[in-house]
Amino acid sequence: MSHDGKPIRTGAVVDAGTAAANKTGSWRSKRPVFDNDKCIACGLCETYCPDGCVAIGEDGSFHPDYEYCKGCGICETVCRSDAIVMEEERK
Amino acid sequence: MSELTMMEGSLAVALSVGVCRPNVISAYPITPQTHIVEDLAKLVAEGDLAAEFINVESEHSAASVVLGASATGARSYTATTSQGLLLMTEVLYNIAGMRMPVVLTCANRAVSAPLSIWNDHQDSFSVRDSGWIQLYAEDNQEVSDMHPQAFRIGEDPDVLMPVMVCMDGFLLTHTYEPIEVLDQDMVDSYLPRFEPEYRLSTADPKSFGCFLDPVWYMEGRYAIEAAIEGAREKVRQAAKDFTALTGRDYGCLIDEYRSEDAETILVAMGSLVSELRDFVDSEREAGRKVGLVKIRCFRPFPKEELLNALGGARHVIVLEKAVSLGYGSILGPEIKALFYGRSDVPAMDVYTAGMGGREILPETLSAIIGAGPGDADGHWLGLKPELLEGRSS
Repeated sequence: MSHDGKPIRTGAVVDAGTAAANKTGSWRSKRPVFDNDKCIACGLCETYCPDGCVAIGEDGSFHPDYEYCKGCGICETVCRSDAIVMEEERK
Repeated sequence: MSELTMMEGSLAVALSVGVCRPNVISAYPITPQTHIVEDLAKLVAEGDLAAEFINVESEHSAASVVLGASATGARSYTATTSQGLLLMTEVLYNIAGMRMPVVLTCANRAVSAPLSIWNDHQDSFSVRDSGWIQLYAEDNQEVSDMHPQAFRIGEDPDVLMPVMVCMDGFLLTHTYEPIEVLDQDMVDSYLPRFEPEYRLSTADPKSFGCFLDPVWYMEGRYAIEAAIEGAREKVRQAAKDFTALTGRDYGCLIDEYRSEDAETILVAMGSLVSELRDFVDSEREAGRKVGLVKIRCFRPFPKEELLNALGGARHVIVLEKAVSLGYGSILGPEIKALFYGRSDVPAMDVYTAGMGGREILPETLSAIIGAGPGDADGHWLGLKPELLEGRSS
């Protein structure tokens, strides 16, 4: 959480949406890789993602949001068509 | 003086909460708190109280509802006891940390196991570190009078902390006493509107109690501690102003009864205090200089008042209805700690008493007073060793 050096408000109140500054994708040790050829567009990954990190493109295809995805792997577990594989992050 | 009406303590509380004009009430029934919320639900159902009563499936949910309601700026109230209070605990810390001035009535009851529905103070003592201001009433008029004070103290812009009004289960909740029911106009003049600086609103979204990493967290907690420490003067003023309106004086952070020239001073909380007033009178009639100090506000702790009231006394006897398992007494050691390094430390005996509704008998108290200062350090008063398995004596 970034407060830019400002004092903490009573009750630790912050404006809505400020958590967007906290790019939790940096926590990830494994990343989900989506194979859109295997994807049957059932939407389970988007439904189950606990952090809302699966986006639906204009063409109906599913894509992970690597800025915030923590790499929990739930999407890989629930995927019915083996279209999602967790791969080691290598930097 | 207004007329007195004979009524149960729980109804007195419900009527008092009603004239505080709460916007949201949420609670889950549990003995011996049930009559309070039943009476409030009836007031709402019959159109005598313009509040929203939200039924829930548990005390954790009730606490969560009043937390969210308070965040929107609603004056919010709940009541519980014992296991219900323990189930609320996780939310109690959040209510305090988010600085929500919720008022909760705790109908003090022993905790399980063993199962007991009778009175002691183990439930509210167990959450003494949660940030809630804790007030303890000695009779039903006092607990009735305490609720407008609780809302005023908690909602004060310099405080913004939740307040727990503690009343002994059954001994007060189910006891009928003559009550002067609080007048709506009087309470309206005493209790200003709740005007929080921040409100939960879809028009101006905010997050409350946000994530603070190690760079910020200590300051976040320090601010809460500073707020409750600073509440002492507000507790005093709320009591004094209420006394000015009603003529009834139950003390501020503490109350002293015949203690000034006393050789032995009893220290107690809750309904035991009202019984000890009679006991002190009978001891005085028998020629023994006994006095009484009531702790009315347990958090924030009345440090200055207790030092003044007990400093230099020949013999102080603390009677407390709770235990820190693995350490012993709670209140007694807190009082002792006040005197660390001071020259006016009194001889002090600390007794665990009245657990789970066990009677505290006047002849027992007369005996420990007559014996003079001893070495009681959490000694269980009136314990029956013959009931302990393998320990018959």
